[in-house]
Amino acid sequence: MLRFVVRRLLQLIPILLGLSVLLFAWLRALPGGPAQAALGERATPEAIARYNELFGLDQPIYVQYLRFLGRAVQLDFGNSTRTGRPVTEEFLERMPGTIELTLFAMVFAIGVGIPLGYLAARRHGSWIDSTSVIGSLLGVAIPVFFLAYLLRLVFAVELGWLPGSGRQEVRIDATRVTNFYVLDGVLTGEWDAAWDAFTHLVLPGIALGTIPLAIIVRITRASVLDVVNEDYVRTANAKGLATQTVRRRHILRNALLPVSTTIGLQTGLLLSGAVLTETVFAFGGVGSAIYDAIFGRDYALLQGFVLLLAIMYVLVNLLVDISYGLLDPRVRVS
Amino acid sequence: MTAIGDVKRRRIDELAARAGQVPEGEGGVSLTRSAFRRLRRDPVAIAGAVIVVVFLLVAAFAPWLAPRDPLAQTLLSEIRPGYIPGSREGFPLGVDNLGRDVLSRLIVGSRQSLLIGVVSTLLGAVVGMAIGVLAGALGGWVDSVVMRFVDILLSIPGLLMAISISVLLGQNQYSLVIAIAVTQVPVFARLLRGSMLSQRNSDYALAARALGVRRGRIVFGHVLPNSLSPVIVQATLSLATAIIEAAALSFLGLGDPDLGRPEWGAMLANAQQFLGVRPELAIYPALCIIVVALGFTLLGESLREALDPKFRR
Amino acid sequence: MSIEALPAGEAARADGPVLQVDDLSVTFTRRGEAPTRAVDGVSFAVDAGETVGLVGESGCGKSVTSLAVMGLLPRRGVRVGGSVRFGGVELVGAPDRTLRDLRGADMAMVFQDPLSSLNPVVPIGTQVTEVLLEHRDVSRGEAADEATRLLDRVGIPDPGRRLKEYPHQLSGGMRQRALIAMALACSPRLLIADEPTTALDVTIQAQILELLRELVVDTGTALVMITHDLGVVAGLCDRVHVMYAGRIIESADRHDLFARPRHPYTGGLLASVPRLDGARGAPLTPIRGSARDTIPWAEGCAFAPRCDHAQDDCLTEVSGSTVPLEHDGPARELRCRHPLRRPPSATGATASGAAR
Repeated sequence: MLRFVVRRLLQLIPILLGLSVLLFAWLRALPGGPAQAALGERATPEAIARYNELFGLDQPIYVQYLRFLGRAVQLDFGNSTRTGRPVTEEFLERMPGTIELTLFAMVFAIGVGIPLGYLAARRHGSWIDSTSVIGSLLGVAIPVFFLAYLLRLVFAVELGWLPGSGRQEVRIDATRVTNFYVLDGVLTGEWDAAWDAFTHLVLPGIALGTIPLAIIVRITRASVLDVVNEDYVRTANAKGLATQTVRRRHILRNALLPVSTTIGLQTGLLLSGAVLTETVFAFGGVGSAIYDAIFGRDYALLQGFVLLLAIMYVLVNLLVDISYGLLDPRVRVS
Repeated sequence: MTAIGDVKRRRIDELAARAGQVPEGEGGVSLTRSAFRRLRRDPVAIAGAVIVVVFLLVAAFAPWLAPRDPLAQTLLSEIRPGYIPGSREGFPLGVDNLGRDVLSRLIVGSRQSLLIGVVSTLLGAVVGMAIGVLAGALGGWVDSVVMRFVDILLSIPGLLMAISISVLLGQNQYSLVIAIAVTQVPVFARLLRGSMLSQRNSDYALAARALGVRRGRIVFGHVLPNSLSPVIVQATLSLATAIIEAAALSFLGLGDPDLGRPEWGAMLANAQQFLGVRPELAIYPALCIIVVALGFTLLGESLREALDPKFRR
Repeated sequence: MSIEALPAGEAARADGPVLQVDDLSVTFTRRGEAPTRAVDGVSFAVDAGETVGLVGESGCGKSVTSLAVMGLLPRRGVRVGGSVRFGGVELVGAPDRTLRDLRGADMAMVFQDPLSSLNPVVPIGTQVTEVLLEHRDVSRGEAADEATRLLDRVGIPDPGRRLKEYPHQLSGGMRQRALIAMALACSPRLLIADEPTTALDVTIQAQILELLRELVVDTGTALVMITHDLGVVAGLCDRVHVMYAGRIIESADRHDLFARPRHPYTGGLLASVPRLDGARGAPLTPIRGSARDTIPWAEGCAFAPRCDHAQDDCLTEVSGSTVPLEHDGPARELRCRHPLRRPPSATGATASGAAR
């Protein structure tokens, strides 16, 4: 297993190299080039010339790329033109919020999706079944940001049940340990802060989790319907096993295999969904930073964040592959 | 082999591998014809097709269907902060914050929205298929290099890639189309290549080779046509994604800045500011997007069921 | 060696049969379609230590019969009629609980495709022990020990290691042995084997059949052997029921059946098997058509369209009713109006001789 993981990590290198080339080319191709990207739109020609000299932009392109690569390996993507702070620092500060949000969305999607999909399959053809099929089709068709606005309008603005923006009430003076706000509250024993941070996750989390929820319901349902007709389920019944054992060990365990892949893929996709949801809820994670960067022409930050997110996405995919190997013995061996 | 997204790739390849399989007991009837026959009996397919056809017709005849000029500003005297007139005679869905007739804008906007979806999907599919055919037909090092590149593209989350490309190309409708098209390319490339590989090793292709048929003829006369069904299914489903993604880019301020061309995504993005005042302004374009996306999804899913023997139940 | 010579079988016969199937019928009903009767009026009995064969082409209802006996048919869309008595307990219409208690413990089944019949993501060991833990009052440790013994008994080498392995790591023959071990875990009184060797290589087939035969001899288990392979029947079965289109068309003891087939279908089956003692170059005589070319029993004899001996009264327009299953000599039953007189090999030889 360890060798498998190491081999996979090594195989990441060409992918990441390719990504860095793409992003390097991207920044180069931007109107105004990297100097303008780093200094902002109002930079004077002198400042640009000074910058170009300072960062060796007058040198051959491969030298420039190698320099870029050298800095990127040290996770140095320069400074944000809006805040002036290092891009990596911004990322590390904001990423915990996005991770919290993504986790909430995924737990929501899995916690509701698998039981619902299973129920729909067990009651194949009933109203529960048709409702969840229609619901899951709708869930995929709704633009995420619209759903986010709708949820915010109804539950935060009109009903006032849940907070509709930010990660924490301003009046709460919480101690920061890890920048995972909920975790911080738990670690420091500030339970009200933890609870408050949690309530801030609910609406954006549900908005973000709707697409994976819809997909998980559909895959679970289809998968259970497939597995129920498998020969080994008949064998299990022929062995006279209790209904519970048949369901748990023989139906669910197999039916959840394709679901687990879906979960992994969707978790990766949530990283881009977060851009939309966080923007609506002014959540202050990586996603809203990307939105701000687009508007503020903060290309240095955009480049760094896209590369870092892509790395995270690749790592999540790696985790998916590994966990799939753990779940399915047939993959493990080959 | 390669590092990222084994599982993701495997799923694409699984779809690809099932291309052109003939459902049991239906040998003798052409696959397309039997698929079409099943589609006609499938209420889901009919619902999807009806939705799609209705919207396509609306888009085609939009200038004649729209009751008013979608750009003309009316009722301006009644609009003030915190109030936008709703439905009334002559304006069945009311007007927007600039006094433009919402119904007319929705009807005319269908053109732009569908066009962006269709063109970007076509573009993405054509480029992706070209890459896939290249890799699948030539094999060897071309295959390895091309597919490695496709894997790199697959490793960037779609929306982030679209954002990066939009930013690069500037704000206009072409960059929107290209941005969405590029995100579609890797899936189509991988799908067609996998599908061609499995077809190339199939018995009939071997038989053709044994009979001395030239390679080009095998690829374009036998392998390619039989590899197309997962691509068709994917394209239909991608249409839904493309329309939703276009709306998302509009929302992020990366849409078409030309105000003279109403478009659902832009209408929806614009209406967010007035959600508290008149939520219908957002709900109407959102409903249009949802229904169209649903139509394409229904059609795509039932196409898959009809074309893919393993999905049949 | 022949099994019917064993005294164990004779002794058990006094207590009545282990399994008594009477007038069993299975009807599949699907919404919007006419119901189809897959099994109709099937009756047979199996004694302890006896091996009974259900023989026929695929689609003749033999597998459905076995699933109906085990109560494994889906509840929705299926109507089961008639009676299945197992050790005096009526199984048709019995509550799920009763059936689950019997299955695996007192009656067990071995399926056709060992790979798809084993759960791919659960180790072999768990799949064996779960039967024991379900039906026997044993600890996990005892169950594991017993599982090792079982695998050893069905001839799996190095059973301790195999227990931890997954189905895909075993060969086809091993998988079938493992399935048999699971079926035998609780020493059932009845074992149903549904085409247990069809998916296996010929050499492995023989080993599996030998294994089943030993088990029957050793434990006195009643065995129902479902097969389309007359070789299996010849090697294993005491009594044979030939099925066609959902009904039994001929029943006889093995020797009788092979020596003197009466139904043209049985004769056809025998004649389509190559024989070593036949004349060299003698052509095989396959049965005409396929299992699709049947007519409903209600119109006379379902086999009539494929039968060389069919005459006008095999159809209801002439005779007025379904051809009945009738007594045909000692321990024989037959559903045919124009049965064969001569052994099929003789027929074949004559035919080929005449052709020359």
